[in-house]
Amino acid sequence: MNDTLFDKLGGDGAVNAAVEIFYRKVLSDDRISDFFDDVDMDRQAAKQKAFLTMAFGGPNQYSGMDMRRGHAHLVAKGLNDAHFDAVVENLAATLQELNVPQPYIAEVAALCETTRNDVLGK
Amino acid sequence: MPNLTFNGDTYACAENQSVLDALTGNGVSIPSSCRNGICQTCLMRSVSGTPPLDSQNGLKETLKAQNYFLACSCHPLEDMEVSLPDAGSARIQATVHSIESLNHEIICVGLHCENPLEYRAGQFINLFKDATLGRSYSLASVPAHDQHLKLHIRKVPDGRVSGWAHHNLKPGDVVEISQAVGNCFYVPGHPEQPILLIGTGSGLAPLYGIARDALEQGHTGPIRLYHGSRNPQGLYLVNELCALADCHDNFSYTPCISGDAMPADGYAQGRALDVALADIGKLTGWRVFLCGNPEMVKTAKKKAFLTGAAMKDIYADAFTLAAA
Repeated sequence: MNDTLFDKLGGDGAVNAAVEIFYRKVLSDDRISDFFDDVDMDRQAAKQKAFLTMAFGGPNQYSGMDMRRGHAHLVAKGLNDAHFDAVVENLAATLQELNVPQPYIAEVAALCETTRNDVLGK
Repeated sequence: MPNLTFNGDTYACAENQSVLDALTGNGVSIPSSCRNGICQTCLMRSVSGTPPLDSQNGLKETLKAQNYFLACSCHPLEDMEVSLPDAGSARIQATVHSIESLNHEIICVGLHCENPLEYRAGQFINLFKDATLGRSYSLASVPAHDQHLKLHIRKVPDGRVSGWAHHNLKPGDVVEISQAVGNCFYVPGHPEQPILLIGTGSGLAPLYGIARDALEQGHTGPIRLYHGSRNPQGLYLVNELCALADCHDNFSYTPCISGDAMPADGYAQGRALDVALADIGKLTGWRVFLCGNPEMVKTAKKKAFLTGAAMKDIYADAFTLAAA
């Protein structure tokens, strides 16, 4: 048995459980809420779901180029490392709330880290 | 091998091939992003043929009820005719049946369609003044209940369509309308779930339809309607709504006044959203419908979500005030 991280976390069900908790956290976090404060909350929630699926090591077909293109407008608005750290922090807090074991949370954070330069357009 | 029809052309869909792959493989351009049934970019609608359950994962109940599906995760089992979400703009002729004044700035226009329009209470139609100029209005009528379509039209300063409706339209006139669209309506199932409806101004129209539709369909959970206006003159259907509350134990109506005018008995002072949240507290488990002023809707959506309502349970049709 060598389950992927995504399987160990609980797959789709885990993403569904986490996405609203996570979205509430980032919307309530003054450091980053402006970046998430979309008029179309449904679309924004779907984006968060896609992000969590990726961060959990699940199926996704986003390339580094997609990440750059998808965040370029936010980088133009000043998205920086501190914001990136705040998002990862909120994600870790979400997983803690769901009683995910610490080593898995570390794996998720490490996965997020691999996207940092693309997201921030470095 | 099932066939797919899109924009009048038919394509074969191979076994295990998704609708998205079958169409894009034939050079048809369909928006997509994650290709994993998550981002909902490739949302399409089945005009005929039932979309497989898997292809509706994560969609709102109102979208499922209208046969929307995600093209990337749809592996058809039968022939399907599909369209992109914005299609279906065919126009229909309707005859003005009645025009009544609801308050100093809102009229109720009753429309009769030769062939009954298929719609759900709370959806909206576009009403056209001429070939190119139209505006969206929510349906306040309930299909099972009302013989005619009912629109609440507020006179917008310099509004070209609302001005025409207020000053020129008369019973007997023939007008063009669109099909009914929108995702803000009642879906049966979970009859015990509490429902909160918040509206300002003529945003009452869809909520008046949705509340009566839910009651009609046997909803047993509480249904709480808050209608807000700056002053008492801005409210309307007050007697009808009070009567509805008298007939149904699970329905309550709270008219809210946000301005300084001292409300009479039975009115709550404050903005409808604030009054509702103060009354109810946490919205975990609630189904929420919001309509009216775009700023109110945006704030209410966020507050409803942050106080516990699930995204899937928050329904609002984004109403933007078109430039006159």
